[in-house]
Amino acid sequence: MEINITTTEDIKVVELIGDIDANTAPTVTEQVKPLVEPGSKILLDMTKVEYMSSAGLRTLLTIHRQAEAKQGNLVLVGLNEEVEDTMSVTGFLEHFKTTKDLEAGLAALK
Amino acid sequence: MDRIDIHPTHSYEGFKLRSGKPFPFGATIVPGGVNFSIFSSHAISCTLVLFEKHEKKPFAEIPFPEEFRIGNVYCMTVFDLDYENLEYGYRMDGPNNFQAGHWFDSSKILMDPYAKIIGGRDVWGVTPDWNDIYHHRARIAFDDFDWEDDRPLEIPPEDQVIYEMHVRSFTRHASSGVKERHQGTFAGIREKIPYLKELGVNAVELMPIYEFDEFENSRPNPQTGETLYNYWGYSTVGFFAPKAGYAATGKFGMQVDELKSLVKELHKNGIEVILDVVFNHTAEGNENGPTISFRGIDNKTYYMLTPEGYYYNFSGTGNTLNCNNPIVRGIVLDCLRYWASEYHIDGFRFDLAAILGRDPWGAPLANPPLLESLAFDPILAKCKLIAEAWDAGGLYQVGSFPAYGRWAEWNGKYRDGIRKFLKGDGTVGDAAQRLQGSPDLYAWSGRAPATSINFITAHDGFTMMDLVSYDGKHNEANGENNNDGTNDNDSWNCGWEGPTDDQGINALRHRQIKNALAMLMVSQGVPMILMGDEVGRTQYGNNNTYCHDNDLNWLDWTLLEKNADLFKFFKHCIAFRNLHPVLRNPWHFQNRDYVGSGYADITWHGTQAWNADWSDSSRTIAFMLCGKHAKQGAVEDNYIYVAMNMHWESLWFEIPGLPVGMNWHVFANTGATPPNESWQPGTEPMLENQSGLLMGDRSVAILVGK
Repeated sequence: MEINITTTEDIKVVELIGDIDANTAPTVTEQVKPLVEPGSKILLDMTKVEYMSSAGLRTLLTIHRQAEAKQGNLVLVGLNEEVEDTMSVTGFLEHFKTTKDLEAGLAALK
Repeated sequence: MDRIDIHPTHSYEGFKLRSGKPFPFGATIVPGGVNFSIFSSHAISCTLVLFEKHEKKPFAEIPFPEEFRIGNVYCMTVFDLDYENLEYGYRMDGPNNFQAGHWFDSSKILMDPYAKIIGGRDVWGVTPDWNDIYHHRARIAFDDFDWEDDRPLEIPPEDQVIYEMHVRSFTRHASSGVKERHQGTFAGIREKIPYLKELGVNAVELMPIYEFDEFENSRPNPQTGETLYNYWGYSTVGFFAPKAGYAATGKFGMQVDELKSLVKELHKNGIEVILDVVFNHTAEGNENGPTISFRGIDNKTYYMLTPEGYYYNFSGTGNTLNCNNPIVRGIVLDCLRYWASEYHIDGFRFDLAAILGRDPWGAPLANPPLLESLAFDPILAKCKLIAEAWDAGGLYQVGSFPAYGRWAEWNGKYRDGIRKFLKGDGTVGDAAQRLQGSPDLYAWSGRAPATSINFITAHDGFTMMDLVSYDGKHNEANGENNNDGTNDNDSWNCGWEGPTDDQGINALRHRQIKNALAMLMVSQGVPMILMGDEVGRTQYGNNNTYCHDNDLNWLDWTLLEKNADLFKFFKHCIAFRNLHPVLRNPWHFQNRDYVGSGYADITWHGTQAWNADWSDSSRTIAFMLCGKHAKQGAVEDNYIYVAMNMHWESLWFEIPGLPVGMNWHVFANTGATPPNESWQPGTEPMLENQSGLLMGDRSVAILVGK
């Protein structure tokens, strides 16, 4: 799991590379959770995530809920078709704001 | 603050361990590790066997230290496990003595009866590796689904309209129009929620969805070579796990979330979920069946055994779960509580439920502890409990199932009585009882009309279209020389066996289906419709399609267009029932006027108003419901008059008069030429002649007085 964090204006852009499962989820939590501050804007770039397991989805939802609790905003960008479908039928997708690409994601957070 | 029990106290070959907690049974994620707990009354030792997902060989075998055993429960916490990539099982050692009922064999790896996810049949129909040492593999589930504010709907039972369906059959057909990867799955049902809403049902009853093995007794069809499966799934492998092969995400092990998401979405749309549960036997079969779980863990406790050590077979499928043994009772109760609380399930239909009232030697109990426990359980308190009140051992309890004020029954006598009346056998007296919610069966013991689950067709037996297209069953495709399936179908082919181009016969068949549905929807009690009857689904005369993964079971969605008249009629009749509380009374009729309307709550008529013909040769009956008696007078409704002419000739029916100022309107008349055989409720045209109605041969009319 590789995680690249950059900042565009006031938006934290987190690029996740690799699968998110029970093995890698703790790394995601460790690195992304500290970004959640009051009013923070977080963009998770999922373009290079091919697979998310049950634990992976739970990790993202937990971070999302924490952001919500702090009046923050979180957007998922570039979900591949299978990941999006899995999230849809398991009920995770409806909790998130998603966009197709980075540009739209940044716009959604501005 | 960290817990102080997160530190291991023992180690075994590099694994860190600690004495576990006996409750809850099964495998539970705890801080730092997984707690494993399993009971056996007769084992002398137990070993935990751990696999990485899909691996042929275990990566660890950890014997439970004797000091970790509490009573008959082996419990242990194992730390630092990759629980998402884990499959676990047990080896149990103990006596192996057939006559004594003990089948311990430590060479077998046994599935946890409390497994919440079961791998091994992750994708429907993928041929298993028969040499696998562990076929049905226990896995660990998350129990933190985000339900938000969802909870079971608690629709009053008399207000329900149940749709009995098979998960795979509903959307597997290419014509279903759902995404290919969702066909035949929970996700597929979710896509079809708008259809269910349009139809108007408010409960789906899912045929078994607990993990089962579609390859149990699988064999080639002698005629076609096609594989015959355990397709319906009335043979449970694990009672706590949803069928992986029914989930589009089963290959990722996410069936738990997919099913919960379906339940949540159905609830959002006002539709309850009832599960068809099979506690009477398991997939381990008879003496020659596979050892999966129970048999190797505690055979003598879980199964009813003869004094010689053989399996009693009250289920007709090889073995019988020993439901009134206190241990087994416990697991059944744990199971239902789990589904009610963890999956927000609204109700349960118990397959061959009469078995649940037998003692460990098979004798029927007057006061069966299991049925009583379920009826009074605090978590199940608002769940619908529905019994299939008979078993394959000859115990028939329709009308006498031990109910404790809670249990409803699949009313087999409703099915038989209405079918006979429909095909013109007369029997109007019996039909009248069925239309009223079977007070002859239930009123005397203080049981409400909603005790009666009214159905004319169900998964067992003919579909509605086949009921009016075949005189006899045609089960050759099952490979048992047409010997399987019931012969008591009370069906009539309307003049030709099977499909025909004869327009007259086809019109009569459609009319008979509408007659049947009209009767079902004006009956007091709870109506249940079989999936596909609303579009005329056929099984080509096969009345026992338990083994077919093909067109014999799959719903062909092109029928929706072909038989659009049926669908419209079903939709109208369901909407009519939902609109009129007088059809959904919570208590039986009293045959008197107790609100001062001048009319009794129900009155009976025939070709002459106020003069029903109850004779043996009668094939006509009509009744009127007084709208001021709706819900025992608690709400006001219109008056409703229903005339049924099951004679082969047209007959003039004189209609009872309404209170001054009201007029009869025609909601439905199956004898009318389509599309005028039914109207959208609320738009019914006024009847031209308010004193009478010419009823065509074999037709039903429903009038509404307002």
